[in-house]
Amino acid sequence: MNVLKTVKMYVGGAFIRSESGATEAFHREGTDEEVARVCVASRKDFRNAVVAAKPAAEVWKSKTAYNKAQILYRMAEMAQAKESEFINVLLDATQLSEEDVMNDVQDMIDTFVYYAGWCDKYQQVLGAVNPVASPYHNFTTPENMGVVVHIDSDNFSLVKLVDNICSILVAGNSVISFVSPKCPLIVTTLGEVFQTSDLPAGVVNLLSGDAIGLSSHISQHMEVNAISFQNENENAFFEMRSNSVDNMKRVIPLRDKRKSLDLVMDFVELKTVWHPIGY
Amino acid sequence: MAKKKKKATKSQSKSKTKTKAKKTKSGMIFEYDAAPESTKVQIDKKYGNFIDGDFIEPKSKKYFDTINPATGEVITKVSLSSKEDVDQAVKAARSAFNSEWGALSGAERGKYLFRIARLIQERSRELAVLETLDGGKPIKESRDVDIPLVAQYFFYYAGWADKLEYLVPGKKVEPLGVCGQIIPWNFPLLMAAWKIAPALAAGNTVVIKPAEQTSLTALRLGEIFQEAGLPKGVVNIVTGAGETGEAITAHPDINKIAFTGSTEVGKIISKVAGKTHKKLTMELGGKSANIIFADAAIDQALEGVISGIYFNQGHVCCAGSRLLLEESIKDKFLKKLQKRMMQIRVGDPMDKNTDLGAINSKEQLDQIKKLVKLGKTEGGEFWQVETSLPKKGHYFAPCYFVDQSGSATISREEVFGPVLSISTFRTPEEAIAKANDTNYGLAAGVWSEKGSKIHKVAGALRAGVVWANTYNKFDATSPFGGFKESGYGREGGRHGLLPYLEIL
Repeated sequence: MNVLKTVKMYVGGAFIRSESGATEAFHREGTDEEVARVCVASRKDFRNAVVAAKPAAEVWKSKTAYNKAQILYRMAEMAQAKESEFINVLLDATQLSEEDVMNDVQDMIDTFVYYAGWCDKYQQVLGAVNPVASPYHNFTTPENMGVVVHIDSDNFSLVKLVDNICSILVAGNSVISFVSPKCPLIVTTLGEVFQTSDLPAGVVNLLSGDAIGLSSHISQHMEVNAISFQNENENAFFEMRSNSVDNMKRVIPLRDKRKSLDLVMDFVELKTVWHPIGY
Repeated sequence: MAKKKKKATKSQSKSKTKTKAKKTKSGMIFEYDAAPESTKVQIDKKYGNFIDGDFIEPKSKKYFDTINPATGEVITKVSLSSKEDVDQAVKAARSAFNSEWGALSGAERGKYLFRIARLIQERSRELAVLETLDGGKPIKESRDVDIPLVAQYFFYYAGWADKLEYLVPGKKVEPLGVCGQIIPWNFPLLMAAWKIAPALAAGNTVVIKPAEQTSLTALRLGEIFQEAGLPKGVVNIVTGAGETGEAITAHPDINKIAFTGSTEVGKIISKVAGKTHKKLTMELGGKSANIIFADAAIDQALEGVISGIYFNQGHVCCAGSRLLLEESIKDKFLKKLQKRMMQIRVGDPMDKNTDLGAINSKEQLDQIKKLVKLGKTEGGEFWQVETSLPKKGHYFAPCYFVDQSGSATISREEVFGPVLSISTFRTPEEAIAKANDTNYGLAAGVWSEKGSKIHKVAGALRAGVVWANTYNKFDATSPFGGFKESGYGREGGRHGLLPYLEIL
């Protein structure tokens, strides 16, 4: 007999159950076959995740670019070691063919490698030394935004999920990701990758449950700096964007792109510094 | 001719004898004779909107007065545009985008912008006088800062129009369509240039609304567009107040809203436009810290403090309105500051010697007075220069509050006037924490002669612009914009083009 587990969420570097104790059955896509029970994040779980993510963003931001790059590359190494586990989760949860699943997992690993490479380069490509018409040294550098909430698609794609998370991480942000309701099982394996990659605790947090149901709490949370809204629910996007004005959150709409510098650019603030030149 | 020359000499000698010096506690204060700017500018009896290449009467048939804040007198009347007027402007902009302008090569678009930059340079004196007349800023600022920068913004972005494929490496970009732009009254023409130049370089068309207090230079820009032969409908200028702005924000055929103004209004606009796919750029308010360490070049820092808060009457979103002094230099610095503030010449903005001109409107003057009155009830000390202000018009003498708590109104809220809040710190960490203790994040200043300290502090400040050993410097090549509630998107430089393009 199989041992049925409850998939926990990943917050502040630890695997946790919902503080509310709420769980729900997860059925394999398109069937009524119960694969596991999954946690349903409460408003309090979300708030706790922000508490973990805010100081973590400071720690992550202060790592050298080279170190960040190595940690993202370490994620690729850990994901490669868990290749068969990822394949099994996707086969359990989705209707994808074995071939598609194997391609997806390899593609996901390559995505970690791709963004690892950006960590110590995006500053040079996105930054600038500006030729002002006066005796000043003037330069623009990208900085982190802080805490970014990611709301995943209703059409689960492991590759896109990892692409979205990595594009937020590159610039030194922390992320709270509400993973797709189509595959909350991924939290265990993916969480273990983040947990074992020397990534500071709290930089990546993975929640399962109804993100749209929590949307007003997310958009009105004053410690959240940005929202990456990668879900197809357009009305929910409009609501969240409109409700995000209290602290002027940056709200990034659904984009059909991956492995791209402009996705990193969506999560940077640009700072311009002036200093006089003279004796 | 000879007679005239003689007269000039006479008046010069007369002014010499009239120059007086007043001895005060802080030293000699010299008085100057009036040195009014003499350029006359043509002003019509009333102004229509600039739509589809022509100045036309508003459909609303309504006009409102525009006032010279230096005297309180009516200058002329401008259109009070309705929803229908905005709609007409959007239709013209859409039509231009779909036809001539949209089909034009980047190189040709650039040539129009270069031509506009040149025309602005040629008419700079006229524009400076009009700016000061309508907005109350000292003529030396509109002449030496605003208008030269206006020309530079057009000139800088002109050259980008045919090089957009170099903007984001490896990426193609395309224009968004019709951009709705709403700008404030503190730098009327400069804000118009910040908005229009990158939008056009990127290939968009524009509907812009100048602030209701200061529409005249934007309208004059319409004449310059005509003179430059800019295709009809590429830029449409509609004047009016909040209702006109709302019509732009709500218009379904506008692809992007770019707003500069208060955080309060920016939030209202974002709330409405947030429920659509419109792209947004928000350049909002600030409460910027200006940090002076004991190891700074104190006399230079003093000038930075003065230009930081008293430039343009303090009507500056990035004004250094919170002065943070290292505790050990407080007494010495305040003494110097008082002496320097007494040398600020407050008065007729059209006088070439004036440092601090007229407060932009009666409403703004009332707002400053209200906040200062409230500030006086919240502890600390208040100090204001004693000077005689012109009897007519709107004026406010420079002042500061010192040692108020961090939660006091003047420490937290944007006053948008010549009001400085001063407090002290002991360590760099405390200075950074205090500087970042605000919902805003537009700008900051840091003063120290130690390079490593400058870089450490500049790196830790959560602000879009950091002036190190300087303050309130602007340039077309330099990106400007905020963190946090000071908004998002950048204006100026390469980064200033991004909000006007879709990255494919």
